[in-house]
Amino acid sequence: MAVDSDRGASASSKTPFWYDPRFRAIFFQILTVVLVVAGIGYLVSNVMTNLERQNIASGFGFLQREAGFAIAESMVSYSAADTYGRAFIVGILNTFRVALLGIVLATIIGVLVGVARLSTNWLIAKLASVYIEVLRNIPLLLQLFIWYGVITVSLPGPRQAMSPVEGIYLSNRGFMIPAPVADPIHAYMGIAALLALAAGYLIRRWAKQRQIDTGKQFPVYKTSLGLLILFPAIAWVLGGAPTVMELPTLQGFNFRGGLTLTPEFAALLFGLTFYTAAFIAEIVRGGILAVSHGQSEAAFALGLRKGMVLRFIVLPQALRIIIPPTTSQYLNLTKNSSLAVAIGYPDLVSVGNTTLNQTGQAIEAITIFMAVYLTLSLTISLIMNWYNRAIALVER
Amino acid sequence: MKLKSILAAGAVVAVAGAALPAAAQSMVETITDRGELNCGVSTGLAGFSNPDSEGNWTGLDVDVCKAIAAAILGDADAVSYTPATAQQRFTILQSGEVDLLSRNTTWTLTRDTSLGLHFAPITFYDGQGFMVPRELGVTSALELDGAAVCVQPGTTTELNLADYFRANGMEFEPVVIEQLDEVNAAYFSGRCDVYTTDASGLASIRSTVAENPEDHMILPELISKEPLGPAVRQGDDEFFNIVKWVVYALIEAEEYGITSENVDDMRENSDNPGVQRLLGASAGMGENLGLSEDWAYNAIKQVGNYGEIFERNVGVDTPLGLERGYNDLWTRGGLMYAMPVR
Repeated sequence: MAVDSDRGASASSKTPFWYDPRFRAIFFQILTVVLVVAGIGYLVSNVMTNLERQNIASGFGFLQREAGFAIAESMVSYSAADTYGRAFIVGILNTFRVALLGIVLATIIGVLVGVARLSTNWLIAKLASVYIEVLRNIPLLLQLFIWYGVITVSLPGPRQAMSPVEGIYLSNRGFMIPAPVADPIHAYMGIAALLALAAGYLIRRWAKQRQIDTGKQFPVYKTSLGLLILFPAIAWVLGGAPTVMELPTLQGFNFRGGLTLTPEFAALLFGLTFYTAAFIAEIVRGGILAVSHGQSEAAFALGLRKGMVLRFIVLPQALRIIIPPTTSQYLNLTKNSSLAVAIGYPDLVSVGNTTLNQTGQAIEAITIFMAVYLTLSLTISLIMNWYNRAIALVER
Repeated sequence: MKLKSILAAGAVVAVAGAALPAAAQSMVETITDRGELNCGVSTGLAGFSNPDSEGNWTGLDVDVCKAIAAAILGDADAVSYTPATAQQRFTILQSGEVDLLSRNTTWTLTRDTSLGLHFAPITFYDGQGFMVPRELGVTSALELDGAAVCVQPGTTTELNLADYFRANGMEFEPVVIEQLDEVNAAYFSGRCDVYTTDASGLASIRSTVAENPEDHMILPELISKEPLGPAVRQGDDEFFNIVKWVVYALIEAEEYGITSENVDDMRENSDNPGVQRLLGASAGMGENLGLSEDWAYNAIKQVGNYGEIFERNVGVDTPLGLERGYNDLWTRGGLMYAMPVR
């Protein structure tokens, strides 16, 4: 013992300190930090020096100045007299809108196609295969151009608009439908819908407990769906049942009034949705195939019906495999929405590029892009990771 | 140990590098060493900067680049062209990717100041106009309330458009697309009722892209002033002077009646001291600019005077068919007025 510790002590005193693994570990960590900080500092100071030398203005003060350019579609009120800051908000909301809708639609289509590809029906399986192979092997930008071209070239002008039903028009200016005239009751209907969702959640909890206690089942989904329709309907009737609709009408060059789905938004949404759905379909198929066949055989042996096997045995296990790669696809979809600039949908990048060009504040605008996409992506990641943990296999 | 010292040295160099200003070499030296002028042009606008069927760049803006290359390097073909969209153009100039931007760019206060640019004299006086399909039955821009308007982003056009509709209490739906080809496609497919850009640009697009140019008309109103000229970075006044005076020399040459054809004759035989100064027969002007005395001679000999450049690229005998108008010499009632070369 004594000899050993003695030898250790003498060895360490003879070894130069740079051969000491503890010293090395700390030294290289510090070195890495210093290098990274120095690298960033070098870039920042270089940029500042160069901007100053070339007399290029910098800073975020421009966000308060009047933008002076118009934006085609906006979820909040915006005019050319508003500020660059507000223009950015319009762009961010437009990006958010297309990303959110795209994620929901791509998930639905992706799951359907993924399951269809595993179908025992030859035609359905082949159609799903063709869809996936074609869509995911053509660059998204081309698909956007195709969608945009199809919509603007093949549809007639507003004066010859197709009108399958009175009040609904389809032309190369978009898809116009009547919209209810704004009424304060709409807000209450929204609240009623939220209440219905809460009620549905409570019913589900109660039904589950009852099934555990008594074995009796309760039609949770049908009841919840009924409530979701009933609650807002009651609010609507209580509010005097306003039925005034605003019809899109042809005035001068274009339709006014009603709701419009613009060609730019439609092309971007279709492009993103169908492209991403092809990838999600493959992930879903992989996830389902990864669940051991013995699982469903065992479930059938217990007398479960086909739908129940899928719902209670296969999908819960497949989901654990499906969620992480699907999260990546959601992130891809969100980031790909920046291709909007090619077809004129006023998303964050489109609005930001215009701002960048009018003000010349390239670094500031790009910083805003990065911050927004990073925030959006991290938020999606957080939600999906939380969901992933919620459905993870609980092991003892 | 060795690794550590290398890394440490690297860190020191990196930190020190930040404090050191970039080695100062003047633009003219850089261009002479490189043997060619880097010129930023449009992605394809007939009459101004457009590659022809053999891939050679032609147009009024391109000829300005050529004249400057001829003045500095003695060779009008020693130009490397970088096509840039409306959005990329200032960045490629600021970052030093090009020496000069000659790309139908409007001179405005903001660009002159916050973008850190210097604009050389105007090479084309333009104004923003509207193009509509004839079948629309519109005769004035004031009838455009509610129209969908195709426009390229990052241009003064986009701002003028919003200003004009605001000033006249009209609404419009902007269709903003970055690539010129895609905006053209959107207009000609009927996505927009109206196409707006500089009137010369409309003429160019109508003559080259429209299936039948007669089906489209340019409305009479010009809603803005669009003085187009070459721009350089701030910080090298010597190069800025050269760009400025080459453009003046082209205009001055037209005033004196010097063309690419008679320039040799004029240099040998002209008694006019102004002509002698301009063409370097009497020395001094080139030296002041830091160039050889035949700077203007080379530019005029190889590219032609301003009038020749105009007529060759956008004049009445070209598909664009533009009159001189504001772009005529001041002596004939236009705005082209060269400062005296003396």
